[in-house]
Amino acid sequence: MNYNWNWNIFWAPAPDGTGAYFWWFVDGLGWTLATALLAWAIALTLGAAIGTLRTTPIKWAVRLGNAYVELFRNIPLLVQMFLWYFVLPELLPEALGEAMKQMTPPWASFWPAVLCLGFYTSARVAEQVRAGIQSLPRGQGMAATALGLSLPGTYRYVLLPQSFRIILPPLTSEFMNIIKNTSVALTISLVELTARAQSMREFTFQTFEVYTAATVIYILVTLIVVLGMRWVEKKVAVPGLISAGGPPLAGH
Amino acid sequence: MKRISRWFVALLAACAIAGPASAQDTLKKIRDTGTITLGHRDSSIPFSYYDDKQQVVGYAMDICYKIVDAIKADLKLAKLDVKLNPVTSATRIPLMANGTIDLECGSTTNNLERQKQVSFTITHFVTANRFVSKKSSKLKNIMDLKGKTVVSTSGTTNIKNANELNVSLKLGMNIIAAKDHAEAFLTVESGRAVAFFMDDILLYSLVANSKKPSDWEIGSQAYTVEPYGIMLRKDDAAFKKVVDAAMTKLYKSGEINKIYTKWFLKPVPPKGINLNVPMGAPFKKVVANPTDSGDPKDYQ
Repeated sequence: MNYNWNWNIFWAPAPDGTGAYFWWFVDGLGWTLATALLAWAIALTLGAAIGTLRTTPIKWAVRLGNAYVELFRNIPLLVQMFLWYFVLPELLPEALGEAMKQMTPPWASFWPAVLCLGFYTSARVAEQVRAGIQSLPRGQGMAATALGLSLPGTYRYVLLPQSFRIILPPLTSEFMNIIKNTSVALTISLVELTARAQSMREFTFQTFEVYTAATVIYILVTLIVVLGMRWVEKKVAVPGLISAGGPPLAGH
Repeated sequence: MKRISRWFVALLAACAIAGPASAQDTLKKIRDTGTITLGHRDSSIPFSYYDDKQQVVGYAMDICYKIVDAIKADLKLAKLDVKLNPVTSATRIPLMANGTIDLECGSTTNNLERQKQVSFTITHFVTANRFVSKKSSKLKNIMDLKGKTVVSTSGTTNIKNANELNVSLKLGMNIIAAKDHAEAFLTVESGRAVAFFMDDILLYSLVANSKKPSDWEIGSQAYTVEPYGIMLRKDDAAFKKVVDAAMTKLYKSGEINKIYTKWFLKPVPPKGINLNVPMGAPFKKVVANPTDSGDPKDYQ
């Protein structure tokens, strides 16, 4: 290896006069988190609604839900970013499209990125919610009906509370994914963590230090998500309901 | 947890050991293996790119092949294999550091900051920072950009320069950082920004390859000077000496004019477009007095 390591590079002044390169990472992380959290709010809300619709006996709702999931899950994320950023403003009425394009940076990149990630991830969440509900024994729904609960009531009091507890682990993965996927937004000029790392690499040529720092930051953030979600899992666990943590009971 | 921290310490120690750059003898490596590896770009027209037959061609490639000939003669080798390895701006440094490529033939800007990590041979092109805009928007000079949204490619000296101009001239421009040149150009094409700051030679090539070249105008004023250099490993004086000598010979013999004409004043593949960029005064100066300086002042 012929490489000059320089870990102090993060304290060197950045060329845009805003102080040390270190602050670029702080700023980039801020945009990464803002994008991920807002998109996650959209993904969770929409995903839960659509996933639930897909298990109802209402035929058209199921079909609509299926179409939604296939649309957003089958198009690569990068392509979806471009569609939101470059294609959507051209399809809208001219005044609205023009307004979208003329938003002050970084908002013109931020909002398409949030919407794109939100919708993309919502399709994945919807699939998990559907799988969670369908993993429950069929008797659960029947028993609820026998008790006189309406369809919304059955979901609200019987099916959803159980299925959400089941799908917490895969939801944790989705939450981590959405944080890491924000880096795709750099292709539509959102200056988040990875974009900051790339610029710094170009200015300093200290490739390894720059990407090590970015990697460590991503790992720390996702680690916080893992720990947080584990805490949530424990907090909402109903003893005996799902064999969370415990060994499966022996047969007979 | 204890085990994890122990791993981490081991990892840091490994980095520390790898720390001091070991001077590498590229000439010895070339002699021993009978091979030299050239790093090239995939779409840096006309410097280094794939043509319509998927062959790597370009101005920097022709120069690199001349350097390879000189190395072969210097080492008195009967045969020297040339391996081509594609690189991007993200991979060029690691691949140079770990010995995968010996020369990077493309359009990499030589500056003092970067010289802390790599070396550059004699400058093979001098470009300048300008902006391109649509003719219909009638933007003549930088003062016309007051309060407008402009774009440049992230991580370039051009975006740095645009930021500086913005502050020093109190322009109040919004500056978008695009991922790459093609996307930045698209940003202006789609109306999100009115002007794109970039090395003029890249702007000429983007305009020439656009849907309607006559719609575009490149500003007459240049805001900075950027020397391009072929990159090699740092602290390898023997290798640099051979490469520099080859470049100097190329310039002194006038052979450079032939190569320059071929790529900048005649139609080039893949589309047969003529960029029509005559040799500028700063580069003529370099040809007369070859220099590997990374300081823009030396080119003005």
